Amino acid sequence: MRIVAIGLAALIALAGCGDSGTDEPGTTSSGSAVTGSVNVFAAASLTESFTTIGKQFETAHPGTTVVFNFAGSSALATQINEGAPADVFASASPKNLKVVVDAGNSEGTPTTFVKNQLVIAVAKGNPKGIAGPADLTRPDLKVALCAEAVPCGAAAKTAIEAAGVKVTPVTLEQDVKAALSKVKLGEVDAALVYRTDARAAAADVDAVEFPESAKAINDYPIVALKDAKNAAGAQAFIRYVLSAEAGRVLTEAGFQAP
Amino acid sequence: MKTARVPVPLLVPAVLGLLFLILPLVGLLARTPWSTLPARLAEPQVVEALKLSLLTSTMATVLCLVLGVPLAWMLARVTFPGRRLVRALITVPLVLPPVVGGIALLLALGRRGLVGQWLDSTFGITLPFTTTGVVIAESFVALPFLVIAVEGALRGADSRYEEAAATLGSTRWTTFTHVTLPLVAPGIAAGAVLCWARALGEFGATITFAGNYPGITQTMPLAVYQTMESGDLEGAVVLSLILLIVSVAILAGLRDRWLTAP
Repeated sequence: MRIVAIGLAALIALAGCGDSGTDEPGTTSSGSAVTGSVNVFAAASLTESFTTIGKQFETAHPGTTVVFNFAGSSALATQINEGAPADVFASASPKNLKVVVDAGNSEGTPTTFVKNQLVIAVAKGNPKGIAGPADLTRPDLKVALCAEAVPCGAAAKTAIEAAGVKVTPVTLEQDVKAALSKVKLGEVDAALVYRTDARAAAADVDAVEFPESAKAINDYPIVALKDAKNAAGAQAFIRYVLSAEAGRVLTEAGFQAP
Repeated sequence: MKTARVPVPLLVPAVLGLLFLILPLVGLLARTPWSTLPARLAEPQVVEALKLSLLTSTMATVLCLVLGVPLAWMLARVTFPGRRLVRALITVPLVLPPVVGGIALLLALGRRGLVGQWLDSTFGITLPFTTTGVVIAESFVALPFLVIAVEGALRGADSRYEEAAATLGSTRWTTFTHVTLPLVAPGIAAGAVLCWARALGEFGATITFAGNYPGITQTMPLAVYQTMESGDLEGAVVLSLILLIVSVAILAGLRDRWLTAP
Protein backbone atom coordinates (compact mmCIF):
# COMPACT_ATOMS: atom_id res chain seq x y z
CA MET A 1 0.00 0.00 0.00
CA ARG A 2 2.91 2.31 0.72
CA ILE A 3 4.25 1.58 -2.71
CA VAL A 4 1.09 2.77 -4.30
CA ALA A 5 1.21 5.81 -2.07
CA ILE A 6 4.77 6.55 -3.12
CA GLY A 7 3.99 5.97 -6.77
CA LEU A 8 0.87 8.07 -6.59
CA ALA A 9 2.60 10.80 -4.67
CA ALA A 10 5.36 10.87 -7.26
CA LEU A 11 2.82 10.98 -10.06
CA ILE A 12 0.78 13.66 -8.38
CA ALA A 13 3.95 15.57 -7.67
CA LEU A 14 4.95 15.34 -11.32
CA ALA A 15 1.49 16.03 -12.68
CA GLY A 16 1.00 18.89 -10.29
CA CYS A 17 4.20 20.63 -11.34
CA GLY A 18 2.32 23.48 -12.92
CA ASP A 19 -0.36 24.14 -10.36
CA SER A 20 0.48 22.53 -7.03
CA GLY A 21 2.27 25.59 -5.73
CA THR A 22 -0.91 27.58 -5.66
CA ASP A 23 0.60 30.45 -3.78
CA GLU A 24 -0.32 33.83 -5.11
CA PRO A 25 2.53 35.98 -6.38
CA GLY A 26 3.99 38.00 -3.56
CA THR A 27 3.46 35.51 -0.76
CA THR A 28 6.84 33.96 -1.37
CA SER A 29 8.74 37.21 -1.03
CA SER A 30 7.41 38.91 2.06
CA GLY A 31 7.21 36.08 4.58
CA SER A 32 4.53 37.82 6.61
CA ALA A 33 1.40 36.54 4.86
CA VAL A 34 1.39 32.78 4.69
CA THR A 35 -1.12 31.36 2.25
CA GLY A 36 -1.38 28.72 -0.42
CA SER A 37 -0.34 25.13 -0.24
CA VAL A 38 2.77 23.91 1.50
CA ASN A 39 4.17 20.69 0.06
CA VAL A 40 5.76 18.68 2.82
CA PHE A 41 7.76 15.54 2.03
CA ALA A 42 7.96 13.60 5.27
CA ALA A 43 9.26 10.23 6.44
CA ALA A 44 6.64 7.47 6.60
CA SER A 45 7.06 7.27 10.38
CA LEU A 46 5.74 10.82 10.67
CA THR A 47 2.44 9.96 8.95
CA GLU A 48 0.12 10.21 11.97
CA SER A 49 1.76 13.02 13.89
CA PHE A 50 2.40 15.24 10.86
CA THR A 51 -1.15 14.75 9.62
CA THR A 52 -2.36 16.12 12.96
CA ILE A 53 0.24 18.90 12.95
CA GLY A 54 -0.72 19.79 9.39
CA LYS A 55 -4.37 20.23 10.41
CA GLN A 56 -3.35 22.40 13.36
CA PHE A 57 -1.13 24.46 11.09
CA GLU A 58 -3.99 25.00 8.66
CA THR A 59 -6.17 26.21 11.52
CA ALA A 60 -3.45 28.52 12.77
CA HIS A 61 -2.83 29.90 9.29
CA PRO A 62 -6.18 30.25 7.54
CA GLY A 63 -5.84 30.04 3.78
CA THR A 64 -3.10 27.48 3.86
CA THR A 65 -3.24 23.85 2.85
CA VAL A 66 -0.57 21.38 3.83
CA VAL A 67 -0.05 18.65 1.26
CA PHE A 68 1.94 15.66 2.49
CA ASN A 69 3.96 13.11 0.62
CA PHE A 70 4.81 10.35 3.08
CA ALA A 71 7.32 7.71 2.02
CA GLY A 72 10.65 6.19 2.93
CA SER A 73 13.17 9.00 3.50
CA SER A 74 15.50 7.72 0.80
CA ALA A 75 12.72 7.70 -1.80
CA LEU A 76 11.79 11.25 -0.81
CA ALA A 77 15.39 12.40 -1.11
CA THR A 78 15.56 10.92 -4.62
CA GLN A 79 12.27 12.55 -5.59
CA ILE A 80 13.41 15.94 -4.30
CA ASN A 81 16.73 15.74 -6.10
CA GLU A 82 14.88 14.81 -9.28
CA GLY A 83 12.88 18.01 -9.04
CA ALA A 84 9.67 17.02 -7.26
CA PRO A 85 7.90 20.19 -6.09
CA ALA A 86 8.54 20.09 -2.36
CA ASP A 87 8.73 22.99 0.06
CA VAL A 88 9.82 21.13 3.19
CA PHE A 89 11.66 17.87 3.77
CA ALA A 90 11.40 16.05 7.11
CA SER A 91 13.65 13.00 7.10
CA ALA A 92 13.89 10.11 9.55
CA SER A 93 17.66 10.34 9.52
CA PRO A 94 20.34 12.96 8.85
CA LYS A 95 21.92 10.68 6.23
CA ASN A 96 18.98 10.92 3.82
CA LEU A 97 18.65 14.64 4.41
CA LYS A 98 22.35 15.08 3.67
CA VAL A 99 21.73 13.68 0.17
CA VAL A 100 19.45 16.65 -0.49
CA VAL A 101 21.77 19.15 1.19
CA ASP A 102 24.77 17.85 -0.75
CA ALA A 103 22.87 18.22 -4.01
CA GLY A 104 22.42 21.90 -3.15
CA ASN A 105 18.65 21.60 -2.89
CA SER A 106 18.18 22.78 0.68
CA GLU A 107 17.71 26.29 2.05
CA GLY A 108 19.17 27.17 5.43
CA THR A 109 20.36 24.82 8.14
CA PRO A 110 18.50 21.61 8.97
CA THR A 111 17.07 21.43 12.48
CA THR A 112 16.62 18.24 14.44
CA PHE A 113 13.09 18.28 15.84
CA VAL A 114 12.63 14.80 17.35
CA LYS A 115 14.37 11.51 18.03
CA ASN A 116 12.94 8.06 17.59
CA GLN A 117 13.88 4.62 18.81
CA LEU A 118 13.23 1.10 17.54
CA VAL A 119 11.03 -1.53 19.13
CA ILE A 120 10.10 -5.03 18.06
CA ALA A 121 6.54 -5.01 16.78
CA VAL A 122 4.80 -8.33 17.40
CA ALA A 123 1.25 -9.62 17.05
CA LYS A 124 -1.20 -8.51 19.73
CA GLY A 125 -0.59 -10.44 22.93
CA ASN A 126 2.86 -11.53 21.74
CA PRO A 127 1.80 -15.13 21.01
CA LYS A 128 5.33 -16.19 20.05
CA GLY A 129 6.79 -14.88 23.30
CA ILE A 130 9.38 -12.60 21.73
CA ALA A 131 11.39 -10.92 24.46
CA GLY A 132 14.31 -9.35 22.63
CA PRO A 133 16.58 -9.36 19.57
CA ALA A 134 18.00 -12.79 20.45
CA ASP A 135 14.55 -14.32 19.87
CA LEU A 136 14.51 -12.97 16.33
CA THR A 137 17.06 -15.60 15.34
CA ARG A 138 14.63 -18.41 16.19
CA PRO A 139 14.05 -20.54 13.07
CA ASP A 140 10.29 -20.74 13.68
CA LEU A 141 9.94 -16.97 13.40
CA LYS A 142 9.49 -14.82 10.32
CA VAL A 143 11.00 -11.37 10.64
CA ALA A 144 10.59 -8.28 8.46
CA LEU A 145 13.18 -5.53 8.43
CA CYS A 146 13.35 -2.28 6.50
CA ALA A 147 15.82 -2.15 3.62
CA GLU A 148 19.12 -0.66 4.69
CA ALA A 149 18.66 2.36 2.45
CA VAL A 150 15.79 3.65 4.59
CA PRO A 151 16.48 5.00 8.08
CA CYS A 152 14.56 2.28 9.93
CA GLY A 153 16.64 -0.33 8.10
CA ALA A 154 19.92 1.37 8.92
CA ALA A 155 18.86 1.72 12.56
CA ALA A 156 17.73 -1.91 12.66
CA LYS A 157 21.13 -3.04 11.41
CA THR A 158 22.90 -1.00 14.09
CA ALA A 159 20.59 -2.22 16.85
CA ILE A 160 20.87 -5.87 15.82
CA GLU A 161 24.63 -5.61 15.64
CA ALA A 162 24.67 -3.96 19.05
CA ALA A 163 22.70 -6.93 20.35
CA GLY A 164 25.32 -9.25 18.87
CA VAL A 165 22.86 -11.45 16.98
CA LYS A 166 22.47 -12.37 13.34
CA VAL A 167 18.92 -12.01 12.06
CA THR A 168 17.87 -13.33 8.66
CA PRO A 169 14.70 -11.50 7.65
CA VAL A 170 12.26 -12.90 5.09
CA THR A 171 11.77 -9.51 3.49
CA LEU A 172 13.36 -6.07 3.29
CA GLU A 173 10.55 -3.54 3.19
CA GLN A 174 10.79 -0.13 1.56
CA ASP A 175 9.55 1.88 4.51
CA VAL A 176 8.64 1.37 8.13
CA LYS A 177 4.89 1.30 7.51
CA ALA A 178 5.27 -1.53 5.00
CA ALA A 179 7.23 -3.54 7.56
CA LEU A 180 4.59 -2.83 10.19
CA SER A 181 1.73 -3.86 7.90
CA LYS A 182 3.38 -7.28 7.43
CA VAL A 183 3.03 -7.73 11.21
CA LYS A 184 -0.55 -6.45 11.19
CA LEU A 185 -1.45 -8.94 8.45
CA GLY A 186 0.20 -11.73 10.42
CA GLU A 187 2.57 -12.54 7.57
CA VAL A 188 5.58 -12.05 9.79
CA ASP A 189 5.94 -12.64 13.52
CA ALA A 190 8.07 -9.61 14.22
CA ALA A 191 9.41 -6.47 12.62
CA LEU A 192 11.78 -3.80 13.81
CA VAL A 193 9.85 -0.55 13.64
CA TYR A 194 9.91 2.76 15.47
CA ARG A 195 8.27 3.04 18.84
CA THR A 196 5.98 5.67 17.33
CA ASP A 197 4.77 3.36 14.57
CA ALA A 198 4.06 0.58 17.04
CA ARG A 199 2.16 3.05 19.21
CA ALA A 200 0.12 4.30 16.27
CA ALA A 201 -0.83 0.69 15.51
CA ALA A 202 -1.39 -0.27 19.14
CA ALA A 203 -4.79 -1.76 18.27
CA ASP A 204 -3.12 -4.44 16.16
CA VAL A 205 0.40 -4.87 17.47
CA ASP A 206 2.35 -4.95 20.71
CA ALA A 207 5.75 -3.35 21.11
CA VAL A 208 8.67 -5.13 22.73
CA GLU A 209 11.25 -2.64 23.96
CA PHE A 210 14.89 -3.71 23.99
CA PRO A 211 17.88 -1.91 25.50
CA GLU A 212 20.11 -2.19 22.41
CA SER A 213 17.78 0.14 20.51
CA ALA A 214 19.32 2.97 22.53
CA LYS A 215 22.41 2.47 20.38
CA ALA A 216 20.42 3.24 17.26
CA ILE A 217 18.47 6.37 18.01
CA ASN A 218 17.43 8.28 14.91
CA ASP A 219 17.52 12.05 14.72
CA TYR A 220 14.77 13.56 12.59
CA PRO A 221 15.93 16.69 10.81
CA ILE A 222 13.67 19.11 8.94
CA VAL A 223 14.76 21.62 6.31
CA ALA A 224 13.25 24.05 3.81
CA LEU A 225 14.03 23.45 0.17
CA LYS A 226 15.72 25.81 -2.24
CA ASP A 227 13.21 25.38 -5.04
CA ALA A 228 10.23 25.82 -2.71
CA LYS A 229 7.33 27.42 -4.53
CA ASN A 230 6.02 28.56 -1.17
CA ALA A 231 9.11 29.65 0.75
CA ALA A 232 7.15 31.62 3.35
CA GLY A 233 4.86 28.66 3.90
CA ALA A 234 7.86 26.37 4.27
CA GLN A 235 9.44 28.56 6.96
CA ALA A 236 6.13 28.92 8.78
CA PHE A 237 5.55 25.17 8.76
CA ILE A 238 9.03 24.46 10.10
CA ARG A 239 8.54 27.06 12.84
CA TYR A 240 5.28 25.37 13.70
CA VAL A 241 6.86 21.90 13.86
CA LEU A 242 9.40 23.32 16.34
CA SER A 243 6.66 24.94 18.44
CA ALA A 244 5.47 23.65 21.80
CA GLU A 245 2.07 22.80 20.38
CA ALA A 246 3.48 20.52 17.70
CA GLY A 247 5.96 19.18 20.25
CA ARG A 248 3.04 17.90 22.33
CA VAL A 249 1.64 15.99 19.33
CA LEU A 250 5.04 14.46 18.63
CA THR A 251 5.65 13.48 22.25
CA GLU A 252 2.22 11.93 22.47
CA ALA A 253 3.04 9.88 19.38
CA GLY A 254 6.08 8.48 21.19
CA PHE A 255 8.84 10.66 19.80
CA GLN A 256 11.55 11.94 22.12
CA ALA A 257 12.63 15.57 22.29
CA PRO A 258 15.92 16.16 20.46
CA MET B 1 0.04 -1.16 -54.06
CA LYS B 2 -1.26 2.36 -54.23
CA THR B 3 -0.22 4.63 -51.39
CA ALA B 4 -2.85 7.21 -50.69
CA ARG B 5 -2.02 10.44 -48.91
CA VAL B 6 -2.40 10.06 -45.15
CA PRO B 7 -4.96 12.58 -43.84
CA VAL B 8 -3.35 15.11 -41.52
CA PRO B 9 -5.94 14.64 -38.70
CA LEU B 10 -4.78 11.03 -38.54
CA LEU B 11 -1.11 11.56 -39.18
CA VAL B 12 -0.47 14.17 -36.47
CA PRO B 13 -2.00 12.28 -33.52
CA ALA B 14 -0.41 9.07 -34.76
CA VAL B 15 3.04 10.62 -34.75
CA LEU B 16 2.38 12.25 -31.37
CA GLY B 17 1.25 8.89 -29.99
CA LEU B 18 4.42 7.26 -31.21
CA LEU B 19 6.58 10.04 -29.74
CA PHE B 20 4.74 9.73 -26.43
CA LEU B 21 5.67 6.06 -26.26
CA ILE B 22 9.24 6.50 -27.43
CA LEU B 23 10.24 9.63 -25.52
CA PRO B 24 10.54 8.03 -22.05
CA LEU B 25 12.72 5.32 -23.56
CA VAL B 26 14.92 7.99 -25.11
CA GLY B 27 15.10 9.65 -21.70
CA LEU B 28 16.27 6.37 -20.19
CA LEU B 29 18.88 5.90 -22.90
CA ALA B 30 20.09 9.49 -22.58
CA ARG B 31 20.82 9.00 -18.87
CA THR B 32 22.49 5.62 -19.30
CA PRO B 33 26.11 5.52 -18.20
CA TRP B 34 27.16 3.14 -20.97
CA SER B 35 30.70 2.69 -19.68
CA THR B 36 29.59 1.13 -16.39
CA LEU B 37 26.96 -1.08 -18.02
CA PRO B 38 29.09 -4.25 -18.34
CA ALA B 39 30.42 -3.92 -14.80
CA ARG B 40 26.88 -3.57 -13.45
CA LEU B 41 25.72 -6.56 -15.41
CA ALA B 42 28.44 -8.62 -13.76
CA GLU B 43 27.38 -7.66 -10.22
CA PRO B 44 26.21 -10.77 -8.33
CA GLN B 45 23.05 -9.09 -7.11
CA VAL B 46 22.07 -8.05 -10.62
CA VAL B 47 22.76 -11.51 -12.02
CA GLU B 48 20.74 -13.00 -9.16
CA ALA B 49 17.77 -10.69 -9.76
CA LEU B 50 17.89 -11.22 -13.52
CA LYS B 51 18.02 -15.00 -13.15
CA LEU B 52 15.15 -14.92 -10.67
CA SER B 53 13.11 -12.71 -13.00
CA LEU B 54 13.63 -14.98 -16.00
CA LEU B 55 12.90 -18.10 -13.95
CA THR B 56 9.75 -16.81 -12.27
CA SER B 57 8.27 -15.20 -15.37
CA THR B 58 8.84 -18.39 -17.37
CA MET B 59 7.29 -20.51 -14.63
CA ALA B 60 4.38 -18.09 -14.42
CA THR B 61 3.87 -18.38 -18.17
CA VAL B 62 3.83 -22.18 -17.98
CA LEU B 63 1.29 -22.01 -15.15
CA CYS B 64 -0.81 -19.55 -17.13
CA LEU B 65 -0.73 -21.81 -20.20
CA VAL B 66 -1.81 -24.85 -18.19
CA LEU B 67 -4.70 -22.99 -16.55
CA GLY B 68 -5.43 -20.32 -19.12
CA VAL B 69 -5.81 -22.26 -22.37
CA PRO B 70 -8.56 -24.53 -20.97
CA LEU B 71 -10.24 -21.51 -19.42
CA ALA B 72 -10.17 -19.65 -22.73
CA TRP B 73 -11.55 -22.73 -24.49
CA MET B 74 -14.43 -22.97 -22.00
CA LEU B 75 -15.27 -19.33 -22.57
CA ALA B 76 -15.09 -19.60 -26.34
CA ARG B 77 -16.68 -22.98 -26.95
CA VAL B 78 -19.03 -23.85 -24.09
CA THR B 79 -22.24 -22.03 -23.31
CA PHE B 80 -22.83 -22.08 -19.59
CA PRO B 81 -24.83 -19.87 -17.26
CA GLY B 82 -22.87 -16.91 -15.95
CA ARG B 83 -20.37 -16.94 -18.78
CA ARG B 84 -20.52 -13.17 -19.08
CA LEU B 85 -19.84 -12.82 -15.38
CA VAL B 86 -16.88 -15.18 -15.62
CA ARG B 87 -15.50 -13.20 -18.54
CA ALA B 88 -15.85 -9.98 -16.52
CA LEU B 89 -14.17 -11.57 -13.49
CA ILE B 90 -11.21 -12.62 -15.61
CA THR B 91 -10.53 -9.03 -16.55
CA VAL B 92 -10.50 -7.89 -12.91
CA PRO B 93 -6.75 -8.39 -12.43
CA LEU B 94 -6.26 -6.21 -15.52
CA VAL B 95 -7.97 -3.21 -13.99
CA LEU B 96 -6.98 -3.87 -10.39
CA PRO B 97 -3.90 -1.93 -9.30
CA PRO B 98 -1.23 -4.64 -8.89
CA VAL B 99 -0.57 -3.61 -5.28
CA VAL B 100 -4.22 -4.22 -4.49
CA GLY B 101 -3.83 -7.56 -6.24
CA GLY B 102 -0.93 -8.27 -3.89
CA ILE B 103 -3.02 -7.43 -0.84
CA ALA B 104 -5.87 -9.56 -2.16
CA LEU B 105 -3.44 -12.44 -2.61
CA LEU B 106 -2.23 -11.98 0.96
CA LEU B 107 -5.79 -12.07 2.24
CA ALA B 108 -6.46 -15.24 0.27
CA LEU B 109 -3.15 -17.09 0.32
CA GLY B 110 -1.22 -15.38 3.11
CA ARG B 111 -0.49 -17.02 6.44
CA ARG B 112 -3.77 -15.70 7.87
CA GLY B 113 -5.58 -15.80 4.53
CA LEU B 114 -8.74 -17.69 3.62
CA VAL B 115 -6.94 -20.57 1.95
CA GLY B 116 -3.46 -19.77 3.19
CA GLN B 117 -4.41 -20.46 6.79
CA TRP B 118 -5.45 -23.95 5.84
CA LEU B 119 -2.35 -24.49 3.68
CA ASP B 120 -0.22 -23.50 6.65
CA SER B 121 -1.99 -25.59 9.27
CA THR B 122 -2.45 -28.69 7.08
CA PHE B 123 0.69 -28.79 4.97
CA GLY B 124 2.92 -26.25 6.67
CA ILE B 125 3.09 -24.33 3.38
CA THR B 126 3.32 -20.57 3.47
CA LEU B 127 3.55 -18.77 0.14
CA PRO B 128 4.51 -15.17 0.98
CA PHE B 129 8.26 -14.48 0.95
CA THR B 130 8.96 -17.49 -1.28
CA THR B 131 9.91 -17.78 -4.94
CA THR B 132 6.67 -19.70 -5.45
CA GLY B 133 4.91 -16.63 -4.07
CA VAL B 134 6.55 -14.54 -6.80
CA VAL B 135 5.33 -16.99 -9.47
CA ILE B 136 1.81 -16.79 -8.04
CA ALA B 137 1.81 -12.99 -7.94
CA GLU B 138 3.08 -12.82 -11.52
CA SER B 139 0.57 -15.42 -12.72
CA PHE B 140 -2.28 -13.53 -11.11
CA VAL B 141 -1.61 -10.38 -13.09
CA ALA B 142 -0.49 -12.11 -16.31
CA LEU B 143 -3.18 -14.78 -16.69
CA PRO B 144 -5.88 -12.44 -18.07
CA PHE B 145 -3.56 -11.44 -20.92
CA LEU B 146 -3.22 -15.05 -21.98
CA VAL B 147 -6.89 -15.92 -21.57
CA ILE B 148 -8.05 -12.91 -23.56
CA ALA B 149 -5.55 -13.52 -26.36
CA VAL B 150 -6.36 -17.22 -26.63
CA GLU B 151 -10.10 -16.69 -26.40
CA GLY B 152 -9.85 -14.15 -29.19
CA ALA B 153 -7.90 -16.62 -31.30
CA LEU B 154 -10.46 -19.37 -30.61
CA ARG B 155 -13.36 -17.14 -31.58
CA GLY B 156 -11.56 -16.06 -34.72
CA ALA B 157 -10.74 -19.64 -35.71
CA ASP B 158 -12.92 -21.36 -38.26
CA SER B 159 -15.11 -23.71 -36.24
CA ARG B 160 -16.00 -25.78 -39.33
CA TYR B 161 -12.80 -27.79 -38.88
CA GLU B 162 -13.90 -28.75 -35.39
CA GLU B 163 -17.38 -29.60 -36.62
CA ALA B 164 -15.90 -31.72 -39.39
CA ALA B 165 -13.78 -33.59 -36.85
CA ALA B 166 -16.85 -34.15 -34.71
CA THR B 167 -18.87 -35.55 -37.61
CA LEU B 168 -16.00 -37.94 -38.29
CA GLY B 169 -16.48 -39.33 -34.79
CA SER B 170 -13.72 -37.46 -32.98
CA THR B 171 -14.31 -36.85 -29.28
CA ARG B 172 -14.20 -33.30 -27.98
CA TRP B 173 -10.85 -33.94 -26.32
CA THR B 174 -9.31 -35.38 -29.52
CA THR B 175 -10.75 -32.49 -31.49
CA PHE B 176 -9.21 -30.08 -29.01
CA THR B 177 -5.74 -31.64 -29.12
CA HIS B 178 -5.64 -32.48 -32.85
CA VAL B 179 -7.67 -29.72 -34.48
CA THR B 180 -8.24 -26.75 -32.20
CA LEU B 181 -4.77 -26.46 -30.65
CA PRO B 182 -2.82 -26.53 -33.94
CA LEU B 183 -5.34 -24.11 -35.40
CA VAL B 184 -4.90 -21.50 -32.70
CA ALA B 185 -1.23 -22.19 -31.93
CA PRO B 186 -0.09 -18.76 -33.17
CA GLY B 187 -2.70 -17.11 -30.95
CA ILE B 188 -1.57 -19.13 -27.95
CA ALA B 189 2.04 -18.24 -28.68
CA ALA B 190 1.20 -14.56 -28.93
CA GLY B 191 -0.76 -14.75 -25.68
CA ALA B 192 2.10 -16.57 -23.97
CA VAL B 193 4.60 -13.92 -25.04
CA LEU B 194 2.33 -11.15 -23.78
CA CYS B 195 1.81 -13.07 -20.56
CA TRP B 196 5.57 -13.59 -20.13
CA ALA B 197 6.34 -9.94 -20.74
CA ARG B 198 3.71 -8.87 -18.20
CA ALA B 199 5.08 -11.33 -15.66
CA LEU B 200 8.63 -10.11 -16.24
CA GLY B 201 7.68 -6.53 -15.53
CA GLU B 202 5.47 -7.36 -12.53
CA PHE B 203 6.20 -5.21 -9.50
CA GLY B 204 3.31 -4.22 -7.26
CA ALA B 205 1.73 -7.58 -6.56
CA THR B 206 5.15 -9.17 -6.15
CA ILE B 207 6.53 -6.73 -3.57
CA THR B 208 3.26 -6.78 -1.65
CA PHE B 209 2.59 -10.51 -1.69
CA ALA B 210 6.06 -12.02 -1.95
CA GLY B 211 8.10 -9.33 -0.24
CA ASN B 212 11.58 -8.24 -1.20
CA TYR B 213 14.61 -10.37 -0.43
CA PRO B 214 17.63 -10.76 -2.70
CA GLY B 215 17.89 -14.16 -4.35
CA ILE B 216 14.46 -15.32 -3.17
CA THR B 217 11.85 -12.75 -4.11
CA GLN B 218 13.78 -9.75 -5.40
CA THR B 219 13.10 -9.76 -9.15
CA MET B 220 14.55 -7.16 -11.51
CA PRO B 221 11.71 -4.62 -11.16
CA LEU B 222 12.10 -4.81 -7.36
CA ALA B 223 15.87 -4.43 -7.68
CA VAL B 224 15.34 -1.38 -9.90
CA TYR B 225 13.00 0.14 -7.34
CA GLN B 226 15.26 -0.56 -4.39
CA THR B 227 18.28 0.83 -6.22
CA MET B 228 16.38 4.00 -7.03
CA GLU B 229 15.10 4.26 -3.45
CA SER B 230 18.63 4.11 -2.11
CA GLY B 231 19.42 7.22 -4.15
CA ASP B 232 21.41 5.41 -6.82
CA LEU B 233 19.48 6.70 -9.83
CA GLU B 234 22.26 5.79 -12.23
CA GLY B 235 22.21 2.22 -10.99
CA ALA B 236 18.44 2.09 -11.38
CA VAL B 237 18.71 3.30 -14.97
CA VAL B 238 21.30 0.66 -15.75
CA LEU B 239 19.19 -2.11 -14.21
CA SER B 240 16.12 -0.93 -16.13
CA LEU B 241 18.07 -0.97 -19.35
CA ILE B 242 19.38 -4.48 -18.69
CA LEU B 243 15.84 -5.69 -18.13
CA LEU B 244 14.69 -3.89 -21.27
CA ILE B 245 17.50 -5.30 -23.41
CA VAL B 246 17.01 -8.85 -22.16
CA SER B 247 13.26 -8.79 -22.68
CA VAL B 248 13.48 -7.20 -26.13
CA ALA B 249 16.19 -9.69 -27.16
CA ILE B 250 14.10 -12.64 -26.02
CA LEU B 251 10.94 -11.33 -27.65
CA ALA B 252 12.77 -10.61 -30.91
CA GLY B 253 14.31 -14.08 -30.83
CA LEU B 254 10.92 -15.69 -30.27
CA ARG B 255 9.32 -13.64 -33.00
CA ASP B 256 11.75 -14.93 -35.58
CA ARG B 257 11.76 -18.54 -34.52
CA TRP B 258 8.34 -19.15 -33.20
CA LEU B 259 5.80 -16.50 -33.85
CA THR B 260 6.11 -16.04 -37.59
CA ALA B 261 3.51 -18.01 -39.41
CA PRO B 262 5.03 -20.64 -41.71
